[in-house]
Amino acid sequence: MSYFCSRRKIVSQLASVASGVTGLIGLGSGNANAQLRIEVSGVGATLLSIVIAPFRGEEGAPLKISAVIQTDLVRSGAFRSIEPPYGITEEDNERNRSLIRSMKVDAVLVGSLTPTGNGSFNIYCRLWDGASASELGAQKLLVTPNDLRYAAHQISDWVYQKILGERGCAATRIAYVTRLLGGSASVRFNLWIADSDGENARAALTSHESIISPSWSPDGMSLAYVSFEARKPIVYVHELKTGRRRIVADFKGSNSSPSWSPDGRHLLVTLSKDGGSHLFLISAQGGQEARKLPGSSRIDTEGVFSPDGKSIYFVSDRGGNPQIYRMSMDDGVTERITYSSDYSISPAISPNGAKLAFISRSGRRSFRLCVQDLASGVMQAITDTQADERPSFSPNGKQIIYATQIARGGLMQEALMTTNLDGSVKSKLIAASGDVREPAWGPFQFVGLK
Amino acid sequence: MFRFKLLAFVFTSVLLASCGTTVPLDEGRSVSSVADQSALRGSSNNKSVEGGNSSTSQIRGTQQAQDTGSSASDKSGVLKNGIVYFDFDSYVIKPEFQKYLETYAKPLIANRNIKITLAGHTDDLGGREYNLALGQKRAEAVKRTLAILGVPEKQMEAISFGEEKPAALGEDEASRAKNRRVEIEAR
Repeated sequence: MSYFCSRRKIVSQLASVASGVTGLIGLGSGNANAQLRIEVSGVGATLLSIVIAPFRGEEGAPLKISAVIQTDLVRSGAFRSIEPPYGITEEDNERNRSLIRSMKVDAVLVGSLTPTGNGSFNIYCRLWDGASASELGAQKLLVTPNDLRYAAHQISDWVYQKILGERGCAATRIAYVTRLLGGSASVRFNLWIADSDGENARAALTSHESIISPSWSPDGMSLAYVSFEARKPIVYVHELKTGRRRIVADFKGSNSSPSWSPDGRHLLVTLSKDGGSHLFLISAQGGQEARKLPGSSRIDTEGVFSPDGKSIYFVSDRGGNPQIYRMSMDDGVTERITYSSDYSISPAISPNGAKLAFISRSGRRSFRLCVQDLASGVMQAITDTQADERPSFSPNGKQIIYATQIARGGLMQEALMTTNLDGSVKSKLIAASGDVREPAWGPFQFVGLK
Repeated sequence: MFRFKLLAFVFTSVLLASCGTTVPLDEGRSVSSVADQSALRGSSNNKSVEGGNSSTSQIRGTQQAQDTGSSASDKSGVLKNGIVYFDFDSYVIKPEFQKYLETYAKPLIANRNIKITLAGHTDDLGGREYNLALGQKRAEAVKRTLAILGVPEKQMEAISFGEEKPAALGEDEASRAKNRRVEIEAR
């Protein structure tokens, strides 16, 4: 039981409001509003096969949690879902064991959902090894209706950990921005905090002016972002629990591209206070101090720390066109990292520091998500879309979330996708209507939002 | 009905959330103000703007400067909004905008109390942050030109909106050319 942490009460208070925003995930549930699309492509993708049986009693519950678990595990890029056999139950008996053995799958998850009588539910689930039909573990949870989705994400992560020995990231959160065109040319921008699958979205900020570049603090408590609400780009830090905001960079000129230092004490930002666009280090508390980092007279921007904090990756056009560079924070020694095209931007570094995700332009109009192995320099474009933007790694480093443009009703619309690192498993996130952009995947820590 | 409830919720939460900082929620500050700028009027006459080919560019700013008797301020000395256009991926001031900027330099030198914002903008191709930096370069190119013409730095602030406030929403080249610009505005 210790695997599961209790969910913050403050989140569940808002869940009933937010659940109507996007509807429920309909994958495999027969829901007519099913919108989540998972594409599996690529020859020889080695995916583990798992059976996730419908949980007994979930038909009468507000959420089909087995469908959420299934979606989480398929989206993770490690599993493929196999249709459950007729008659399987969560009980530990010989009949179930022989059913499991007959399926020739890697794992089987079964469970039940029982109302407690006071509005809550008892969830019980059991994970079987498919080949031996031996039990890998069982879980018992008591949850309120509003917490069913979060419980499903936690069960997904438990299954992921049990089978792969690594942390799953279904029970984490993402931030993103939507742009909605209203009547009479009014535009509304919202900054949302949502579950990793785009569900349970709650607005942290709304504005008539653009919001870009959200960046999670390492403790998951705050978001830094750029807002144009004061008719110029200013960097804010927004505490999610209290809703309190503070200006951290409002210098003359433009203030943009915030990114946290691994210890959460500083922000790397791009400022034009001295002319041009240069990288500066500021306190996460704000103030007038800004330490200029060594750079070029050209554009230096989109700085991010390596996970160990010893170097930064950033974009510069010092060589004539935008490329990604790495600079040591010890001695300022700088080297160019990308060579694959004449336009490489938006670096994101995997949590283990081994991979670089970035956007590379081919031709004049095609912007694709690429992943580069930092040790070998080998790089691979992992999408075939045309307008990818702003990759962000999941906290376990197994997935990347990014924005792209997808045709919807004859029009191109901005949408969020997740992919595994070789691009073989992609899924489009459901979200509120309008253009969806500027994703940022939060850390493992899960903090309630005001 | 639901949407109304959601918006009400969003508004409430933001009002509660702002705690001393101001989040603009009044409709008057919507992005539509970009399209109201005088220099954008009559843009339908200029469909042939093509990035990367300055010889075919139709320069409304220049036309406007000529219309107003080569002054960027009106009779009462109020500075008019202006626009300088740029080629694709470029922050070089094209020769045809030199004269146009001179019409701004004169009233700014004459009246040191006028302060202007030079707001750089880009088309929607490429990344938002890189475009923000590119827009900044464009704004600073205009600022530098005005400074060379004698306008004190103190009267000018160069900022960027990147691709966030397009003047035209189309995905065609003519729309994109309208978005690669620096807007001159009195503060």
